[in-house]
Amino acid sequence: MTQFFQQVINGLSIGSVYALMAVGYSLVYSIMNFSNFAHGGVIMLGAYFGFFSLTLLHLPFLAAFLLASIGTTILAIVVERIAYKPLRERKAPFLYFIISAMGASILLENIVIATIGPTFRTYPEVFARTPISIGPLAIGRLDLLMFVISAVCLTALILFIEKTKMGKAIQAAAYNIKACALMGINTDKVILIVFGLGGFLAGVAGVFFGMKYTVYPQIGNITTKSFIAAVFGGLGSLPGAVLGSVILGILETFVAGYLSSQYRDLIAFVILIGVLIIRPSGIMGKNTEDKA
Amino acid sequence: MDWTYIQGILMLAGINLISVLGLSLLTGFTGLFSFGHAGFMAIGAYIGALMTVSPSTTPAGLGLPFFVGIIAGGAAAGIVSYFIGRITLSLKGDYFCIATLGFGEATRLLLNNVQIFGGSRGWPGVPYKSTLPVIVLVDVVAVLFLANLIKSRHGRNMIAVREEELAAQVSGIDVFKYKMTALIISAVYAGVAGVFFGHYMTFIQPKMFSMTKSTELTIIVIFGGLGSISGSVLGAVLLTALPEILRAFEIWRLVFYGAAVILIMISRPKGLMGGMELTPSGIRKAQLERKARLEARAEARRLNGLEDGSADEGRGA
Repeated sequence: MTQFFQQVINGLSIGSVYALMAVGYSLVYSIMNFSNFAHGGVIMLGAYFGFFSLTLLHLPFLAAFLLASIGTTILAIVVERIAYKPLRERKAPFLYFIISAMGASILLENIVIATIGPTFRTYPEVFARTPISIGPLAIGRLDLLMFVISAVCLTALILFIEKTKMGKAIQAAAYNIKACALMGINTDKVILIVFGLGGFLAGVAGVFFGMKYTVYPQIGNITTKSFIAAVFGGLGSLPGAVLGSVILGILETFVAGYLSSQYRDLIAFVILIGVLIIRPSGIMGKNTEDKA
Repeated sequence: MDWTYIQGILMLAGINLISVLGLSLLTGFTGLFSFGHAGFMAIGAYIGALMTVSPSTTPAGLGLPFFVGIIAGGAAAGIVSYFIGRITLSLKGDYFCIATLGFGEATRLLLNNVQIFGGSRGWPGVPYKSTLPVIVLVDVVAVLFLANLIKSRHGRNMIAVREEELAAQVSGIDVFKYKMTALIISAVYAGVAGVFFGHYMTFIQPKMFSMTKSTELTIIVIFGGLGSISGSVLGAVLLTALPEILRAFEIWRLVFYGAAVILIMISRPKGLMGGMELTPSGIRKAQLERKARLEARAEARRLNGLEDGSADEGRGA
């Protein structure tokens, strides 16, 4: 039983980081109806920004965190301006967005390989590795922090979307972006904010990911799993993305803990196919029948 | 630049072309987008190798001739695609795309765990059987088959599905059947390409068939131009050779590649040859269209002149 709860704790902590990434995919999907595969590249660069602000600039942890997030916010917006805005203006079909996103992802990954190098880098130790123990259970300090900060960020995001005027505009744009523009909402600005928000959370997630594992140019491939979590929860739905991420995180740690860690990645893709067959709109997604 | 090097590039281009042609039918002519065709290539490569590897090197090998491997690899990919199609073809646009992505990655991860095939370490000892003449022959057959298919009633039905699914259905076209046909043919092509790829590299590893490979294939189709066979041929040759030409820039070449993809998407979404063909009749058609466009533009300019440039003022305001 102890092992069971231990796995749940581990799953929650990784699931919360998945949620930070998945929300970025979902936000963009809800407004623009395409899967932004460049998001993985933005997360990867977030991990690098954090790494260099800690090692080269010797910034305190929180400042490094902030710097990384601001960096990815700007980066996500730049990607949008260069790779998607011309397509938006031409009203290109979703496929062109996806290919453009793939191009951006290849570009970001290889810029890093060319300038920083393909080597794996380990974050300096910011927190002691000794876990905090609650009875028989052990929680890593980093895991706890990951969970808390992710929860704070996600709550702030949901409050922003529910309570502010801009949040309302985002909701409206997700419902119908054309009607939104007719009602006098500056949809270009809405899209900018959405990419900025996704980028900011990508930075937070990237730093955590780098701290938990290592930093390397192909992190983007792992973030595909958070995309799966977003599909699982229902693309375009924020609570869905969070729920899907937590469930995926817990399932993964269970598979790794009870079966074999080799099947950990496989389970994510099996879930993906399963969800698409049984309920393509995911747990909480809006009905996608007849979008065409 | 010696002949062996050029021959190697040509062979890789030819192998890519086989799977690109299949994908061109699926994407360019039927309007379905796949990010999982590397999965079909993997199935072809592994099943093909299973047939031809001699039992002395791998106990599972059957030691059969190469052509049996080609047929078995293509057939295996086709059969798998039938089942994949049954469960995913009813999904709309983006979701079909994501499902194929899931299929491709799941195939790769499954192969990582199949120990008879060497798991993630790969499978060495696949006989070297792919030669340039055979690849060119298969390419020619593949192009001819595709060109005839597209000219036939079936091909036109596929294009109708691409243009307007609902209208096609209303006109009595069995949309699901034509999507399925396109998917199976494209999977067979990818499977055959996989067999050649394995017998060219003489070593196969699940890592070779990742999502990056699927993306690369789709990028070639788009680069060449949707709905154009000659575009696919040009695209496969150019884009396979491009990284080799850029080899002088070493690590920067993939940066250029990524930038080029974005640039094509935002500046020339039709690709090289979107909707056009490099055949005598295709060129004539393109010329006629160009002439008509120029005439229309001249006419518009003349009308603008008649209105004393008021249209221009309107645009300026």
